[in-house]
Amino acid sequence: MNMETRSLKTSAETELASLFDGAREQLAGSDAVIKLREQAFSAFDERGLPHRRVEEYKYSDVRAKLKSASKLVAAGSNAEAKSALEAVETYGDLERYRIVINNGRLMAELSDIEALKGEGVTVSNLNAALADAQDEADGLLNVPSIAAADPMIMLNTALVLGGAVVSVGEGTEVSRPIEIVYTASTAGARYTRCRIELGKRAQATILESFEDNTAEAEGNAVSDFVIGDEARLTLARVVTGEAVHVSSVLMNIGGSAEVKAIGFNMGTDFARTQSFVTFSGEHSNASLYGITMVREKQHSDHTLVVDHKVPNCESRERFKAVIDDFAEGVFQGKIIVRPHAQKTDGQMMTQALLLSEDASMSNKPELEIFADDVQCAHGATSGQIDEDLLFYLRARGIPEAQAKMLLVLAFLAEAVEEMEDEGIVSALEGRIRNWLSVEE
Amino acid sequence: MLEIKNLHAHVGDDETEILRGVNLTVKPGEVHAIMGPNGSGKSTLSYILAGKDDYEVTEGDILFNGESMLEMEPDERAAAGLFLAFQYPIEIPGVATMTFLKTALNAQRKARGEDELSTPAFMKQVKEKAAELNITMDMLKRPLNVGFSGGEKKRSEILQMSLLEPKLCVMDETDSGLDIDALKIVAEGVNRLRSPDRAMVVITHYQRLLDHIVPDVVHVLSRGKIVKTGGKELALELEKNGYADYVGQAA
Ligand SMILES: Nc1ncnc2c1ncn2[C@@H]1O[C@H](COP(=O)(O)OP(=O)(O)O)[C@@H](O)[C@H]1O
Ligand SMILES: [Mg+2]
Repeated sequence: MNMETRSLKTSAETELASLFDGAREQLAGSDAVIKLREQAFSAFDERGLPHRRVEEYKYSDVRAKLKSASKLVAAGSNAEAKSALEAVETYGDLERYRIVINNGRLMAELSDIEALKGEGVTVSNLNAALADAQDEADGLLNVPSIAAADPMIMLNTALVLGGAVVSVGEGTEVSRPIEIVYTASTAGARYTRCRIELGKRAQATILESFEDNTAEAEGNAVSDFVIGDEARLTLARVVTGEAVHVSSVLMNIGGSAEVKAIGFNMGTDFARTQSFVTFSGEHSNASLYGITMVREKQHSDHTLVVDHKVPNCESRERFKAVIDDFAEGVFQGKIIVRPHAQKTDGQMMTQALLLSEDASMSNKPELEIFADDVQCAHGATSGQIDEDLLFYLRARGIPEAQAKMLLVLAFLAEAVEEMEDEGIVSALEGRIRNWLSVEE
Repeated sequence: MLEIKNLHAHVGDDETEILRGVNLTVKPGEVHAIMGPNGSGKSTLSYILAGKDDYEVTEGDILFNGESMLEMEPDERAAAGLFLAFQYPIEIPGVATMTFLKTALNAQRKARGEDELSTPAFMKQVKEKAAELNITMDMLKRPLNVGFSGGEKKRSEILQMSLLEPKLCVMDETDSGLDIDALKIVAEGVNRLRSPDRAMVVITHYQRLLDHIVPDVVHVLSRGKIVKTGGKELALELEKNGYADYVGQAA
């Protein structure tokens, strides 16, 4: 007897279906794109919102969390977007280019499109590209095989409202970081998608700041990175706010490329950042950090699948969680090494710092290794602040709260310092400090 | 400056007393040495002074400038002018030594109602004092004590002490693990801090440190009690005869 029939939809699922029906006319895209959207929605509809009996969502039950589906957010005016942008701090006065996405749509006039063009970076509107797209939507909505069964990405493909296509030309070294800021000026669900391409030998630092999460509606963002041979990407993502937020990072890495990434889930009510990383060229390395900072009854999930499809690549997966009150942290990490991917070196580590007795952390590391000449390992630790370290600092006159802050910063330092750029490091440290000093 | 009165203490749930009635009075300007065999309670005494909460004081009191310290937090004791140089300084990965020094100094100043020190003024002080102790800028940029040799850790403790300018310096086996040259550097650093309004308690197992930091008073701690007090010649006597005479005595 199978009780789990899909006819028993939750109200959120029913709302999503009528949302898709009602929006179909307005959603951007050529016929080819509309076809993909419909396929994606029916694939989603078959599965429904992911819940705890779906292995990949074991610890993050989206179906239970999402009681109802919000209406899609309407586009905001330039003036509205501007004031939403002014209200967010992100990287302070760090010199950078900005690409602004408000209410799910690229705000060209608020973005440094001309200046970026001068640097060899083209920025175009995802919706314009989708309107022109031919077969298979020109690959604009591609999903790698390791993410093909993910219902939240399907939902994104079906409902995506807009975003940007950022293309860093071959050999281009962008002189300043490029920040993609996501803001919201009105309530409503935001389905966004950005594609970021680094041409051969290109070098860029990308900052993604999700400042669009309000308690009123959910967010679903896909960031699709295509990294060419010998390219170098440095990436810092910060997800903040009060909403239910699912963020999917797709990353395809060419040969002899280098990636350093850090992603924060910082104080979001329910955040899941899922990364799907595919090595498609040899001799590349990726250092991937995920940071969780949660308190009260917040929930943060970092899920990662790394697919070593080719030999001779190195990946470092490091996750750090700072969890207070009744909050929950989740880490799921899977390293897949395909049969021919010899000499793969993959090391995965997760560490949790529990600041209260009721804080919890769930870890699910997995290695799926089909090649014999590889080095792969994973490890997990979980613990409280070390009392001896705390005592040492206090014995030097540092009050308890400040000493704890120093130790939390120290716990995260190794990850943050990976960013190298001093301006980025100190801005991120500032955000960590702010988060910590909200306490009590 | 410091008055320890009939101090009894044990650790955690273990009822066995480690300190069994310690009495000690230290006046400003004085240097007291506490000697004693391993396990006699020297480190315990120093931790209790600094406010470590693993230990429970069951009887007696500690007065610092006339006021009981027992209810004070470790950071309050530090700001009031107490400094403990640890027997085993611990490594704190991720906290740069320089950041730590500045945070500690300014936290103490703030607690005393003084202005924070500007970065240039702080840097000047650190550089001068580090140079005197043969501590390189490279060491100061590293995380606190991480990868420091035993001797470097001890010098780092003395650097902290010179920067924080405490009223009472308690040093727990600052000489252990030092070769003779490092011992001299450390002793000179300590001697520079000697002053009529500063007191010192030097805990050591061996006499050799006391050749360089000459004490006014020497105490022997055995099984949690001070069993003998004398002048600096007591240290020489202990060097010659060992602790055998005292070990049984406090039982
Ligand atoms: N944290 C602790 N837990 C259990 N026993 C302790 C602890 N600290 C000290 N002791 C015990 O107390 C006694 C005194 O130790 P300690 O103060 O380190 O002596 P000393 O410094 O003179 O060598 C020893 O028997 C030691 O085992
Ligand atoms: Mg000792």
